[in-house]
Amino acid sequence: MKFTLSWLHAHLDTTAGLDEIVEKLTLVGLEVEAVEDPAARLAGFEVAEIIAAEPHPDADKLQICTVQSANGTQKLVCGAPNARAGLRGILAQQGAVIPANGMVLTKAKIRGVESNGMMCSGAELDLSDDHDGIIELDKTFDIGTPAAVALGQTDPMIEIAITPNRPDCLGVRGIARDLAAAGLGTLKADSLSPPTSNGQPSPDISVSGDVCPVFAGVLITGVKNQPSPDWLQQRLRAIGLKPISALVDITNYISYDRGRPLHVYDADKLTGGVQARQANAGESFVALDEKTYELTADDCVIADEAGVLGLAGIMGGLASGSGLDTVNVLLESAWFEPIAIAMSGRRHYIESDARYRFERGVDRHAVTTGLNLAAQMIIDICGGQLHETNLAGQEQVAPMTLDFAPAKVKALTGLTLDETHMQQILTDLGFVVESGKTWKITVPSWRPDIEGQADIVEEITRIFGLENVPVEALPMRHDVTRPTLTLEQRRVHMMRRALAGRGLIEAVTWSFISQADADLFAVADGLELANPMSAELSHMRPSLLPGLLAAAMRNVDRGFGDVALFEIGQEFLAPTPGAQRLAASGVRRGHHAPRRWQGAPQPVDGFGARADAEAALAACGVEASSLQVLPPQSTWYHPGRSGILARNPKQPMAAFGEIHPAVLKHFGLSGPLVAFEVWPQTVPSGNANKGHARPPLDLSNLQPVRRDFAFEVASDVASDILVRAARGADKKLISEVRVFDVFQGAGLTEGAKSIALEVTLQPVEATLTDVEIDAVAAKITASVEKASGGKLRG
Amino acid sequence: MTAQDNSTELESSIVQAIEAATNVAALEDVRVAALGKKGSISALLKTLGGMSNEQRQEKGPVFNQLRDRITQAIAERKQALEADALSAQLTNETQDMTLPVEADPLLSGRIHPVSQVMDELSAIFADMGFDVAEGPDIESDYYNFTALNVPEAHPARQMHDTFYFHPNAEGERLLLRTHTSPVQVRTMQAGGPPFRFIAPGRTYRCDSDQTHTPMFHQVEGLVVDESTHMGHLKWTLQAFLAAFFEIDNIAIRLRPSYFPFTEPSMEIDMQCRRDGNQLIVGEGDDWMEIGGSGMVHPTVLQHAGIDSEKYQGFAFGMGIDRLAMLKYGMPDLRAFFDADLRWLKHYGFVPLDVPSLSSGLSNKSLAGK
Repeated sequence: MKFTLSWLHAHLDTTAGLDEIVEKLTLVGLEVEAVEDPAARLAGFEVAEIIAAEPHPDADKLQICTVQSANGTQKLVCGAPNARAGLRGILAQQGAVIPANGMVLTKAKIRGVESNGMMCSGAELDLSDDHDGIIELDKTFDIGTPAAVALGQTDPMIEIAITPNRPDCLGVRGIARDLAAAGLGTLKADSLSPPTSNGQPSPDISVSGDVCPVFAGVLITGVKNQPSPDWLQQRLRAIGLKPISALVDITNYISYDRGRPLHVYDADKLTGGVQARQANAGESFVALDEKTYELTADDCVIADEAGVLGLAGIMGGLASGSGLDTVNVLLESAWFEPIAIAMSGRRHYIESDARYRFERGVDRHAVTTGLNLAAQMIIDICGGQLHETNLAGQEQVAPMTLDFAPAKVKALTGLTLDETHMQQILTDLGFVVESGKTWKITVPSWRPDIEGQADIVEEITRIFGLENVPVEALPMRHDVTRPTLTLEQRRVHMMRRALAGRGLIEAVTWSFISQADADLFAVADGLELANPMSAELSHMRPSLLPGLLAAAMRNVDRGFGDVALFEIGQEFLAPTPGAQRLAASGVRRGHHAPRRWQGAPQPVDGFGARADAEAALAACGVEASSLQVLPPQSTWYHPGRSGILARNPKQPMAAFGEIHPAVLKHFGLSGPLVAFEVWPQTVPSGNANKGHARPPLDLSNLQPVRRDFAFEVASDVASDILVRAARGADKKLISEVRVFDVFQGAGLTEGAKSIALEVTLQPVEATLTDVEIDAVAAKITASVEKASGGKLRG
Repeated sequence: MTAQDNSTELESSIVQAIEAATNVAALEDVRVAALGKKGSISALLKTLGGMSNEQRQEKGPVFNQLRDRITQAIAERKQALEADALSAQLTNETQDMTLPVEADPLLSGRIHPVSQVMDELSAIFADMGFDVAEGPDIESDYYNFTALNVPEAHPARQMHDTFYFHPNAEGERLLLRTHTSPVQVRTMQAGGPPFRFIAPGRTYRCDSDQTHTPMFHQVEGLVVDESTHMGHLKWTLQAFLAAFFEIDNIAIRLRPSYFPFTEPSMEIDMQCRRDGNQLIVGEGDDWMEIGGSGMVHPTVLQHAGIDSEKYQGFAFGMGIDRLAMLKYGMPDLRAFFDADLRWLKHYGFVPLDVPSLSSGLSNKSLAGK
């Protein structure tokens, strides 16, 4: 919402300066977004006089003018037909920025003659559409007077952001009312004597349907449409509206002055009476924006007997609009249901000042006032005869009233205010207050946002000043702060630090990815956005990996081939609130470290990915030894170089391994590239009631004994089978089994491999004898051979 | 030649041999040749046996002293030779200790600034007694709008550029939450008053420029009980912002505004000063908008199943990414989600830098820069 300071003064009697007004506007909730001083645009322009004009030697239409400015005389070439000696106008000096086109004026040669400066037209200064000649001023302005002063361009423009609850401030008068209530002057009285009519009838007006409960219209005959007077053009231009003709400008002016949209029809283009009604399916009309709109039965239209004239409350029609040749006009002032207008506007994608106001709520009780104001302005500016006003439907309805407990102010805000002061604020805002133990408050018709006691509290406190609200500490909940995170939140916290501690770098990637990426990771149906930002961000991610792989690719493309990224975030399983799963996932590509002098750096591999996954699970309290490594379940991993970590194969806690070459190809990546996914919600919660004390530490004084075993097994036998078999051979005595060597090749049968185990025996009661050790070794050998189908190597 | 003469000569020749020995082995040869069973000094000492008492009394001490001197000389020479050998060995073992060492993964890993700031928020608000609540990213129209007092066709819906899904089999159009406020209603529905929690999380709006991205992070705060009022809101915001920006005091300004889910509603402005491109928080006389707040709208409480006659409270919301940008100086929000390793290494945090109120939120000694 834009207005100028002088426009505000038309409604507000105040001695407050611009700065004070701007500050107060913001403090009462009308946030000032910009203040523009028009004089700033005219810096470098001044009043000057042409003292001599002679023809240009090489051009018929140009003259060489000698111009007297405050600094002396200068010569310039001018093509304006009205340029002549004795003309006082506006001179732009070199370096001035021409407001109409933003160009910087420089010294130039025009047809061989040097031109120093420029005498300006109204169009060049963006003050009018007058291109035909340069501005002519009367001699009351001395030479050297700043152009802004001479042209009356000293009125600052203020732009405020209006929140959707304040339609009353979409008119300057509503803004003035707020400022007056806040103590910045008084609201000027409105002179609202209805203009006199000639007693002749206007076209019939009628309403049907629920959207338009009141519609007023009046015929004005014999008007002379013409450009608006300067003051009106200036106000409209100052707020960025283009003056068109008096009839249109007047309706625009009332819209901004009062928040009251109006429409003017060329009465000679109407057929019979005018009606507000629901559109018939199949009807269409051409709007002022010259587009054709196909209407639905949900749209409310204004129509005459021949058809649709306009989309009610949104945009008028091209055919029935007024032009400079219009002589007889029908002026419309109506009220429409905000929701119906919002839906209709949304349906047809039309944004207009009228829709903007009607969908927020226009003052229903000002239908007639608005009509009268506009009618009077039309007669004042364009002349004409006012006919009898026709009003269909009902303008006045019972006002909103509510009971208010004045103690609510202190209860909700902590502010102590005396009741008289509170009442005064409400009265200044147009409320009617009947005091008592509880107050009976009548809400002004222009405040559709006021619904309950909290709204009244807001009105009082925002006008009184929120800066006066006393600061009060929240009471402590506990003597000492207690933990506030849930188990899952703590796990996330620990996993994040654990993974970063392994050298992984945390990324945050989009929750949405492209369809191609989503499909590759088995996205569920229905996770496609109807209005995505772009095709690249169209589907909710079923896994964090596609986002991380794309990120890896971008980093590789930037020249950073060693990537170690992780993310903790949500995966989306179905288009249902809550059908999402927390994941901690990561990718590593290239090598664990850059090239180094100690020897070639280690390339990333699936075992490293498993170590990452185990570290994340350990951060959730899961011991790796309690997990089984099982075959992979996802298609995006290399089938022979990946797996899951689980206690129950139906509910994997993690997946890890090399990414499938086909997936790498899709992302434009080359390997080695490994990934892991951990799902912390699959980890059961521990026993929260367990005490803090650790189990007693039972240390043996007896030295552990270590024995090595090497087995030859088929090459597809998992080492885990051997480890488990060895460990199971004597659960009491064997404390640890470790794989320390794996090899294939020389000395082994074709298709076999050797796995070497180091087994630690921890005696419990007494040092082991050689016989006892041999007995355990035999049990281990038998157990491993049985489980693996292999043989102890001699 | 007398034995005396002989011994003097012998001594000087042995001393010469000791000095000529360049290593421990050569010295040992000298020792054996002199002091060994068949050594020259041993032989000399043996001659004492064939002497008269008189002679023995004269020569005995001379020969024994000679032996002692030689023994001593050999021992000293041995020590010197061993020291030289060790010195040579050490010189030989010298390494170029300027060669680079392996980087510690604990120092090369990074925490994303959004996560770090979320941890900071949790720490500060825990101290003020706020729990941490969460909710789904995919939401129903009801929780995102209706329950928050934003009915269909309300102009406030246009303040939110909402991402929608296609209508499902029931004709319902789900959406991506445009704010974390749905968590208010869900959390209140799931429990009973009093409530005091924050709800951080991802939020989504169709918007993109230097300060807007289609996905961003918000933190919501809610206190509902029988007596919490706007003065408590002011305190909470002031205390939080001062703690977050790690300054002693900060002035805030609550500016009347409009949100459908609060009444009265206020924007939160914080005191700041601009120094070139840098923003200094908590000083100067400029204001910067940092979030929205207000007293929870009675309609919202009713939707959450809370008696709005008895209970009241406040809610506020702020952008987490924006808080991070203001505190740590990132210029462009879009870079947050680009996963550029250079950006993450520069703006990220080392894993040991765990925000805590006792050691400081941003432990500058651990920042690594």
